[in-house]
Amino acid sequence: MQERVKLTDAEINRDLLRSTVESPRGYWIIIGALAFVVLCGVVSAGFMFNRGLGLTGLNRPVMWGFFITNFVFWIGISHAGVMLSAILRLTQAEWRRPATRAAEILTLFSLMTAMLMPLIHAGRPWRVFYWVFPYDWARGIFPNIRTPLVWDPAAVFTYLTSTILFVYIALIPDIAVLRDRTTGVRHAIYSVLSLGWRGTSRQWRLQLIAGILLSAIILPIFVSVHSIVSWDFGMAIAVEAWHSTIFAPYFVIGAVHSGVSGVVTVMILLRYMFRWENYIRLEHLDALAKLLIVVATTWLFFFMLEFVFGLYAREAPELALRELQTSQMPWAGLAITFLITAYLFPVPMWMFRNVRRSVKWMLITTISVNIGMWLERFLIIVPSLARKQGFTFTWGTYAPSPIEIIIVTASFCMVLMLVLLFAKAFPLIPIADAKEAMILADHIQIGKKKVPAVMREE
Amino acid sequence: MAKKEILGIFDSAEAAADATDTLAESGLNQENFDVLTGTPYPPGAFGEREEKHHVYVFPIVGALMGFTIALLLTAGTQLAFPLVTGGKPILAIPAMMPIMYEGTLLGAVIFTIVGILFESRLPRPRLSPYDPRITEGFIGILVTCEEEKIEVAEQALRKANAEDVIHQGSRAAWR
Repeated sequence: MQERVKLTDAEINRDLLRSTVESPRGYWIIIGALAFVVLCGVVSAGFMFNRGLGLTGLNRPVMWGFFITNFVFWIGISHAGVMLSAILRLTQAEWRRPATRAAEILTLFSLMTAMLMPLIHAGRPWRVFYWVFPYDWARGIFPNIRTPLVWDPAAVFTYLTSTILFVYIALIPDIAVLRDRTTGVRHAIYSVLSLGWRGTSRQWRLQLIAGILLSAIILPIFVSVHSIVSWDFGMAIAVEAWHSTIFAPYFVIGAVHSGVSGVVTVMILLRYMFRWENYIRLEHLDALAKLLIVVATTWLFFFMLEFVFGLYAREAPELALRELQTSQMPWAGLAITFLITAYLFPVPMWMFRNVRRSVKWMLITTISVNIGMWLERFLIIVPSLARKQGFTFTWGTYAPSPIEIIIVTASFCMVLMLVLLFAKAFPLIPIADAKEAMILADHIQIGKKKVPAVMREE
Repeated sequence: MAKKEILGIFDSAEAAADATDTLAESGLNQENFDVLTGTPYPPGAFGEREEKHHVYVFPIVGALMGFTIALLLTAGTQLAFPLVTGGKPILAIPAMMPIMYEGTLLGAVIFTIVGILFESRLPRPRLSPYDPRITEGFIGILVTCEEEKIEVAEQALRKANAEDVIHQGSRAAWR
């Protein structure tokens, strides 16, 4: 796990700040293309607000479709940040170093995007304030805190606030490096943002404590967020297919599966764009793939339990749902695609060391996981609503409208665009962490062999 | 007596560690100097003093405040307009718990951040004496002492082969 090249502080600064001073070939063209798709999404959303939700494929009984699927998906992706950053930080896993910032940033932007989805889905976004903001807007009536639809914004808001603060605190030493290497307006902005950081031993000591303390506090938030998202479904009395008691852990582990895969995809793209081969090394992809095998298999276990529990009670709506998912097109086709892309293709591939250490295959397999996990959320939400009740005359179907497809596509472009823009302003690999790794690593003589060793952080 | 600061810049961790010995020989103790680095070195690597802090109190206070605010908010909003919804009682504890849980953790996170900044003595409006080379691998030994001892400190830093000695108020050369 120590295939590192020995680098000086100046070389680390130069390499990791390259993204802030140089633009790789085609960078602004990519940003422009992404911005165009985002603009199309904004225009589509504006048009939909003006004309109404009739422009979507939503209908009775399928009142939650692409937007809510996308909301759950992006909340899931956001779980990568804590999974990698907090757990690996707490366990002092040496290989976490290049992944933490990318994971935290992906968390941040995917959470922002996730929060947009219910607003867009509401059709009248401004009205959401009446439903969730704790203020008596009219006639002394406060929002109903007994509904998961109020718990959810509370949890997501807590997670978003915590993530922003976590990212900022961890960024301060790196902003100080930027402050020391810039002039003019950029220097002035970085000076303010670095808060006068000088790197005293007290400041470094507290940075270390901040990482551990915040990780420990954010972990329970991370577990609660996707649990509460699952209760958006699980607590809905009318939809029997969502009444599984294992929904919360099933959603959390699914979120970790898609989130960690998302981080690997982003790390590979950054490695390619900014030539960070010395920092995001093959050993890191190898370790992440091994982690993903465990996560994916745990997730599959929960998926199978949920399926079996549903059938075991032999309730009519549940049987109708499983029949729809397994034997009627296009749902059966989507279900097969989901199983193959989320588990049956990537996990056996990750068993091979050559695949775990191949940038190309890791990119393909992790993208495959997220195609599958997006379909998983779609197949949980839409078919369950289509077979909501036992009466066949209440059954329905759903097909997304072009407006929904454009907005969902724009959400993917938005996250990617924000990550790339962030890389122009701040380093996406923690500089201080990379430098610390150089100090703590050395070679020790054991008998006749010199072996690489890493000292544990205190 | 007014205190002043002076900064010695060293090109290696070993030279900086030796400099702290030289400062001690000159009559300046651990309380008088600090180490500025661009990398988190293991505590005590330069013979600097052990830092005491109370940062662990902050999340506890924050959690208690967050819990209290969330409790008041969830109970208060229900009592303000006691409308039975979903067949649940007014002040249904299980339904209030998720918001109280999130409130507790949000309070803990916000207070932890405040605590970290406060204990790190940030924000700091004045950077000087400072040198941008510190974030490029150089080590700064920052001496804080009475004005009349500054000359002794400067001599000790130069004796320890400091690359440069920077006085308080002198402007850093930003590149």
